[in-house]
Amino acid sequence: MTPPLFKLARALAATLLSVLLTIIGLLFVTFLIGRVMPVDPVLAIVGERASQEMYEAAYRSLGLDQPLYVQFWIFLKSVAAGDFGMSTLTARPVAEDVLRVFPATLELATLATIIGVCFGVPMGVISAVHEGRWPDHLVRLFGLFGYSMPVFWIGLMGLLVFYGILGWVGGPGRLDIYYEDIIPPVTGMILIDSLIAGDMTIFWNAVSHIILPASILGYYSLAYISRMTRSFMLEQLSQEYITTARVKGLSERAVIWRHALGNVMIPLITVVALSYATLLEGSVLTEVIFAWPGIGQYITNALLSADLNAVLGGTVVVGLVFILLNLLSDLLYKIVDPRAR
Amino acid sequence: MMRAPDTQIARPGLMAWLNSDAPASRFQARMIQLYLGWLKLRGNPLALIGFLIIVALVLMAIFAPWLATAEPSAQDLGQRLLPPGSAGHLLGTDELGRDIWSRIVYGSRITLLIVALVAVTAPVFGLLVGTLAGYLGGWVDEVLMRVTDIFLAFPKLILALAFVAALGAGIENAILAISLTAWPPYARIARAETLTIRNADYIAAIRLQGAGALHIITRHVWPMCLSSLIVRVTLDMAGIILTAAGLGFLGLGAQPPMPEWGAMISAGRKFVLDQWWVATMPGLAIFTVSLGFNLLGDGLRDILDPKKSKS
Repeated sequence: MTPPLFKLARALAATLLSVLLTIIGLLFVTFLIGRVMPVDPVLAIVGERASQEMYEAAYRSLGLDQPLYVQFWIFLKSVAAGDFGMSTLTARPVAEDVLRVFPATLELATLATIIGVCFGVPMGVISAVHEGRWPDHLVRLFGLFGYSMPVFWIGLMGLLVFYGILGWVGGPGRLDIYYEDIIPPVTGMILIDSLIAGDMTIFWNAVSHIILPASILGYYSLAYISRMTRSFMLEQLSQEYITTARVKGLSERAVIWRHALGNVMIPLITVVALSYATLLEGSVLTEVIFAWPGIGQYITNALLSADLNAVLGGTVVVGLVFILLNLLSDLLYKIVDPRAR
Repeated sequence: MMRAPDTQIARPGLMAWLNSDAPASRFQARMIQLYLGWLKLRGNPLALIGFLIIVALVLMAIFAPWLATAEPSAQDLGQRLLPPGSAGHLLGTDELGRDIWSRIVYGSRITLLIVALVAVTAPVFGLLVGTLAGYLGGWVDEVLMRVTDIFLAFPKLILALAFVAALGAGIENAILAISLTAWPPYARIARAETLTIRNADYIAAIRLQGAGALHIITRHVWPMCLSSLIVRVTLDMAGIILTAAGLGFLGLGAQPPMPEWGAMISAGRKFVLDQWWVATMPGLAIFTVSLGFNLLGDGLRDILDPKKSKS
């Protein structure tokens, strides 16, 4: 094995080990939250009218008579097997529920990230090129506005203006009610499923429903991405190779968009991945406002009805996705940028 | 007539006193630093606007009883859902006939309380963890930073949600939950600062004089970490306000009849298509305040940390 490859392998192993430790930590914190939650998991199974014997049998079968570390071990084993228990709210296995609702969140977050990248990167570049002048101030202020707005409020205002008054977009939910359950679910993402089924009416209906929440989430992503692009670009534009390129007579457009932005792309991967991960977990409030049947709404409903298993399962899944996306961006970074090895 | 020597100097030349390049006392040196900071803030119009918004918020909270035109929880079902500009109700009334302006005014106290409590708990805890990890190094550093990483990896809002669900809904628990999710970045910053300070010559000199670890950390490391922490806290304030409002909106934060802005939006949600002002007004309040903190934080970063803002 050649030395650089060996080094890479060792770096990978170290990363994986730290990720594993983080995941176990995540599970432990979740487990502890579940233990202090004011919900009796036994009562949730046997019901209020169970006899003392039934209660105790269930108590033992859940392993609650064991010491805490044994309980944690049981919890770890069941999570590793993909078993999060039954949801008391939907009366289905939590794992199944999560798989069913997750595509809705994924669809929303993906579209929002696309919007954030398409607008955020050019805005950050323009801001950096015109540093200290009005386009820069405009972009920074626009970003600060995004950072300052409560997402649930701007969602409500968006619904009021674009749905209530102007009627340009569909209302809450993923589809108009009479289009629901027509498309056979393949990926669970309606935009893709309707294209697969070739039903353009439903596709455009889904677009009209997703465009508002996706734009609002995309605005947050844009605020973050444009800010980071600006600071990365400023760093690049002050480097000597840029001066060299200019001296060699390259057009300003080529210098900025090809040379400088080309080098910014690598750190930007991490930023985009981070913003994507944040959207996947942070869409809770947006989903509540837009009645979007995703993981955020699922966890919120579970919380409000004290559905312990669903809360823990949902939290673990979101946390795992978050950690894995971070890992992915880390690895991608190491592969794309030889210096990072 | 001239009892205090300070006023004697101040009368003829407060400016001269503040512009002196040879401060006679530590107090004067601090005042000069503050004055210079103020000059920089004044030169940055956006930061100044942010500063003024926050001053206005503090004044609003202090003088709430005089600014409010009605009791914040006084109901009057005959006057429900009046539009803004109705007689005696500047911003209209909500579904129980309560005056929205007065509720927003009193709500500023809750917002400030949340911000203040989170600002004194999370950064302090982060500072403690970060400086200990950075100064002691070795396995202490390893363990503390691993724990920090775990909390960083957690989705923040969902962690806060889960904490509130475990502890029970209410404003105290919401504050606790936000603090529990907010400390890791401060620990990271404090650790990084400590690592750069730890091996400085002056620390070695103090150590040779016989100073113990406790003395060095509290007297020499902490003051050096403060400016980066203050910037970060100011920048985080907006996020804290938004999270608190989000918890209130979901019914997990401040409980009725407390005039918490997020909970007010949640109540107005049902009428948003017909009585838009009920949800709009508290939202504008949240937006203004978090914009103020963001503008100020952005400006403070330029003032206190010129090297980072340029790169």
